[in-house]
Amino acid sequence: MTRRPAFADTTAICGIGATEFSKASGRSELRLATEAVAAALADAGLEASDVDGMVTYTADTNPDIDIARALGIGELTYFSRVHYGGGACNATVAHAAMAVAGGMADVVVCYRAFNERSGHRFGTGVQDRPLRPTAENAQFAWYSPQGLLTPASWAAMFARRYMHATGATSEALGWIAVADRFHAATNPAAWFYEKPITLEDHQNSRFIAEPLRLLDCCQETDGGQAVIVTSLDRARDLAQAPAVIRAGAQGSWHGQDMMTSYYRDDMAHLPEMGLVARQLWETSGLGPADIQTAVLYDAFTPFVLYTIEEFGFCGWGEAKDFVANGNIQLGGSLPVNTNGGQLGEGYIHGMNGIAEAVRQVRGTGINQVPDVEHVLVTAGTGVPTSGLILGVDR
Amino acid sequence: MTDTLDTTPDAFQARLQAFEGRPVGPPTVAPDEVNQAMIRHWVEAMGDENPVYLDEEAARANGFPGVVAPATMLQAWVMRGLRASLEADRARAEGSTADPTAYDELFLLLDGAGFTSVVATNCDQDYRRPLVLGDRLTATAVIEAVSAQKQTGLGDGHFVTTRLDFTDAAGAEVATMRFRILRFKPKPVTAEAPPAGTDAPRPRRPRPALTEDIAFFFEGAKEGKLLIQRCASCGKLRHPPLPACPHCRSFDWDTVESTGRGTVFSFVVTHYPQVPGFDYPLPIAVVELEEGTRIVAGLTGIDVGAIEIGMAVEVELVAVDEDLTLPMFRPAGPAATGAR
Repeated sequence: MTRRPAFADTTAICGIGATEFSKASGRSELRLATEAVAAALADAGLEASDVDGMVTYTADTNPDIDIARALGIGELTYFSRVHYGGGACNATVAHAAMAVAGGMADVVVCYRAFNERSGHRFGTGVQDRPLRPTAENAQFAWYSPQGLLTPASWAAMFARRYMHATGATSEALGWIAVADRFHAATNPAAWFYEKPITLEDHQNSRFIAEPLRLLDCCQETDGGQAVIVTSLDRARDLAQAPAVIRAGAQGSWHGQDMMTSYYRDDMAHLPEMGLVARQLWETSGLGPADIQTAVLYDAFTPFVLYTIEEFGFCGWGEAKDFVANGNIQLGGSLPVNTNGGQLGEGYIHGMNGIAEAVRQVRGTGINQVPDVEHVLVTAGTGVPTSGLILGVDR
Repeated sequence: MTDTLDTTPDAFQARLQAFEGRPVGPPTVAPDEVNQAMIRHWVEAMGDENPVYLDEEAARANGFPGVVAPATMLQAWVMRGLRASLEADRARAEGSTADPTAYDELFLLLDGAGFTSVVATNCDQDYRRPLVLGDRLTATAVIEAVSAQKQTGLGDGHFVTTRLDFTDAAGAEVATMRFRILRFKPKPVTAEAPPAGTDAPRPRRPRPALTEDIAFFFEGAKEGKLLIQRCASCGKLRHPPLPACPHCRSFDWDTVESTGRGTVFSFVVTHYPQVPGFDYPLPIAVVELEEGTRIVAGLTGIDVGAIEIGMAVEVELVAVDEDLTLPMFRPAGPAATGAR
């Protein structure tokens, strides 16, 4: 399959904006979304009247038209939503880029905002409420009554099998958490600013759903993040250096479920992520050696191991060694999650990871990797997912 | 007041409505003036950092005559305090209320007719002016309305609306509050009695959302069978169920009953969150059945530290409550083989 979407190298992210990341925003999710979009417009040097497209997640509760009314965004000629929770983050940018390259819009805002700590929390499990008999709710019939109630528990089922198949131990997971927190410690926007952890801290943290410990799980956050996509030509005239969209892709594989793809031959691979990887490499003509830093979705640490292998940064089963001893920290061969990740900076369902990738391309990251040319961003793991490669404008 | 009554519904409603407009006890004078100390405790508890509640200058800069009380503190100024409340509750429970108010009489009447449960449904407050330090409030309560009998999700009952009118030291109205409750007959509970020695019925596990696609499985479980969906055209098995066969696309299916034997393919032991209806630590496995399909199910009869991938297990259909039976797996007996 050699395929090259029309948006590759012809579109760019031209603005990013966010609220603070906190445990209690003290304001509505709509307000957070509106603030993030306003901040992104200011960053780009754009007016509300320049925006003609909006994209968000199906999981987002903030209607695009509500934000549009609040900011004076008028005509919209492209608006869409992408499914599957955190799997959607990069896909919102890909959809926006498709709209621009395909001629449906010129300036598209992608956003995500929630009070996922002070409001509805994803990890609290379900209660004895009768659910409407829809197909999505029916899927929970195989997990909720059995007690497999939270994303952490769904991820843990993968992790156990992966550890069995590869010999990885909880320590490998710990190195990922340590790297995230190492980067967060120097990032003033991060919740865990100035709070690094050691491998021993990770090993001492209590089990949430074995084999996952507390420090294997990303935090819960109130906040909002927006990014703006436009043509590369237009982006060159705006306030910031463009983050060129070198490639973007979505991926869902045979036997795909939402967090519970337990019925394929093997649970130690993440083939939907492999599908995204192949598309990104083929579109861009790049390979692992061309990536100077990566933002790898870390809602739960084990899936970072899978992602590293699916993208070919190392062979299958070798990620447990790849992540050890600082190799994925600033100074190592592949700094990962230089903002601290979902685990260290804040959990905005992956959107803040895209913003960090943009900063690394611009050269303005707090933990700036030297000589960045290309940054890889991956989305939610265990669900139909998405990826981006952003590059410096040459 | 359960003497000889005309208990027809119309007569009963007429007796209820006779309470409308009756005052509830004498007016209550606030034990304290509106004061800074209570305001400070309130805003700290609420996490409200608006300076107009604590700082004279900020309040004036915002157009107030001085520091103001948060509007929603309204009722707090006239509440009688914990001890008095407890004594009144005790007296009411013992039927020894010295001086029954119209409220007490109304509730005795409703209790006697079986409307013994209560739930608050509405609280509306209208504020005429902000309250300032030094205001001394008086609250006058009246039973404003008693509804006809209504059918609600909780049971049949009557809504009772009480209005409190708040006035200041000069007798001017400063606020009005309407508080509505539902006095209802609780619906009878049909669940089995909890085992002897427990105080409360055990909370139930989450229900499966039963669509036409999956209901067969849970019905089979109730009958003591672990069913696997089978394509009626090509014979391939599938789980979880699907409307069509991914191999031959037939929409026709039937079921086979699994032997219930399999091995542990993966497992987790959950610790948090601790959800009512489950016991923790909770072991749950992906079990690969002999037939080749896999299923997620709880593990039972095994120490969580002893669970291993590849161990042989066999099914036990467990009625977790009167409505729900689930397959669970325990270590297999010696006749079963395991190995992966």
